[in-house]
Amino acid sequence: MKNWIKAAALGAALLSQPVLAEERELLNTSYDIARELFADYNEHFKAHWQAKTGETVAIKQSHAGSSKQAQAILQGLRADVVTFNQVTDIDILHERGNLIPAEWSERLPNASSPYYSTMAFLVREGNPKNIQNWDDLIRDDVALVMPNPKTSGNGRYTYLAALGYAQKVFGGDQEKIDQFLAKLLRQVKVFDTGGRGATTTFVERGIGDVLLTFESEILNLADSHKGAYQAVTPKVSFLAEFPVTWLESNNERNGTTDLAKAYLEELYSEESQRLLAGYNYRVHNDVVKAETADRFPEVELLPIQAITGSWQKAMDEHFASGGKLDQLQRR
Amino acid sequence: MTSRQHSVPQSSGAPFGGRLFGSRSKRVLPGFALSLGISLFFVSLVLLLPISGLVMETSGMGWARFWQVITDPRVIESYKVTLWTALAASLFNGAFGLLLAWVLVRYEFPGKRLVDAMVDLPFALPTAVAGITLAGLFSQNGWYGQWLAQLGIDVAFTPLGIVVAMSFTSIPFVVRTVQPVLEDMAPEDEEAAITLGATDLRVFRQVVFPAIWPALVTGIALSFTRSLGEFGAIIFIAGNMPYVSEVTSLMIFIRLQEFDYAAASAIASVVLLVSLVLLFSINLWQARFLRRLAGR
Repeated sequence: MKNWIKAAALGAALLSQPVLAEERELLNTSYDIARELFADYNEHFKAHWQAKTGETVAIKQSHAGSSKQAQAILQGLRADVVTFNQVTDIDILHERGNLIPAEWSERLPNASSPYYSTMAFLVREGNPKNIQNWDDLIRDDVALVMPNPKTSGNGRYTYLAALGYAQKVFGGDQEKIDQFLAKLLRQVKVFDTGGRGATTTFVERGIGDVLLTFESEILNLADSHKGAYQAVTPKVSFLAEFPVTWLESNNERNGTTDLAKAYLEELYSEESQRLLAGYNYRVHNDVVKAETADRFPEVELLPIQAITGSWQKAMDEHFASGGKLDQLQRR
Repeated sequence: MTSRQHSVPQSSGAPFGGRLFGSRSKRVLPGFALSLGISLFFVSLVLLLPISGLVMETSGMGWARFWQVITDPRVIESYKVTLWTALAASLFNGAFGLLLAWVLVRYEFPGKRLVDAMVDLPFALPTAVAGITLAGLFSQNGWYGQWLAQLGIDVAFTPLGIVVAMSFTSIPFVVRTVQPVLEDMAPEDEEAAITLGATDLRVFRQVVFPAIWPALVTGIALSFTRSLGEFGAIIFIAGNMPYVSEVTSLMIFIRLQEFDYAAASAIASVVLLVSLVLLFSINLWQARFLRRLAGR
């Protein structure tokens, strides 16, 4: 009993120590499935920052769907940096809240996207339905699981990847492109609201023949469920960027201007890029690229500009209420 | 006898306090003006303010756009799905909840307290957890789903799954509104009927049921309105197929994802209006019914 009290007193004393040191805090607001990735990166960055400046910092992370996160920031969440999986969710911070300049994506290399991924397929072991490319997905005997493009950036990316493929195959034949997309959407058995939900439906519930989601998620699943699933990367797919930026007005108020910028810039260092590649994201650093080449098959990656011209156009013409997606799903 | 009937509105748990018109009896609580003032202030703060916020958000969009948003074919289809699944779920709860309340009030058995406490579980459990668990149970490889699949019944990822999720999250409403009324019912009434030679069925139809059915209807109505707005539990089990298994709350969620707050509020206001009208008419009807019962 007495030991217990001693231990508690000691614990309290230890806990109260670092608080006195007035640690600076950085809040990273991020997308849903990046929790482990950034928990890992934060440790790396804290060590890096301490080695460089001698300062100990605390980094807090917040994770939810990135559209939800953008809403929270617009409604007053004082985040220091955002690390999202959708360009549009950062754009809205400029359009609605004027929290960042319009040309935010030019502030860091590679359009402020330190890592990227693409859309790929997860199939059951042995690939029983012989899925190789997008045109295999519209066969009548193939059931698909993907997140809802209406509620999930992940789903929108898959839609755009399929659109990019159809444009390549059918050229300017709009009718054939529409038919292809409508058929693909009809083959979807479950539209989950988010990426993780779709993974659960496919893996835990055993629904569908193909799961369509980020390559990073698919490689993770193929690793963790060896012998049950395998990854298939199509020949053509979408360049899914993972944009990051700092929010200067919040940085000024929180006194984190230098820290926020350094936190994001460090994502481009060789060591960090190796860490990111460890989570099955594709990276830009040439050394790391060469090291991990066997894991990431050659794909023709179409950027948004090649498919719809711009994100604005993609949202207005395809995903807005009454847009192409709504028309294709109408029956 | 009269004192027992008074317990009906008090225990009904209806949101407007059950009684719309002031009581003629002497006020028991002192400080009427103060307590009413605090109540009204609280109601304004937690109910009226958010509702006016909703109205404010829609007011910027104009009638034509408002109408266009709430009559979009996909949204209309979601109303239909939501209404019929909520109706099915609340009727199921009406029957099953009544049975549960009956068993809990009339019988003694080991573990009764535990069962009684478990009835409230759907209130306490995060709805998303309920949704994921139910989807797990009812999917084709789940505990229930594999048996149902042999009978050719698919529950998870069909509209039937929505019914399951709705009835799970709203069953306490029926049990908790019927239970106190059953507890207050005098066993003498039934005993008298039995001594007069009435059959069990007749006792239930003519003695028990007339006393509990206002509470039952209130319970079913609450269960129904709760189901109209359910989101968390449903999206994990519905499959969310456009025009087939999309509920109205998902339509609201989609508009929010598009940062279209006005459209989201417009659809939300339709759900709110339906719920309010339903609750209001139930209360009105109940007040009239009780006055008739009291012979006033």
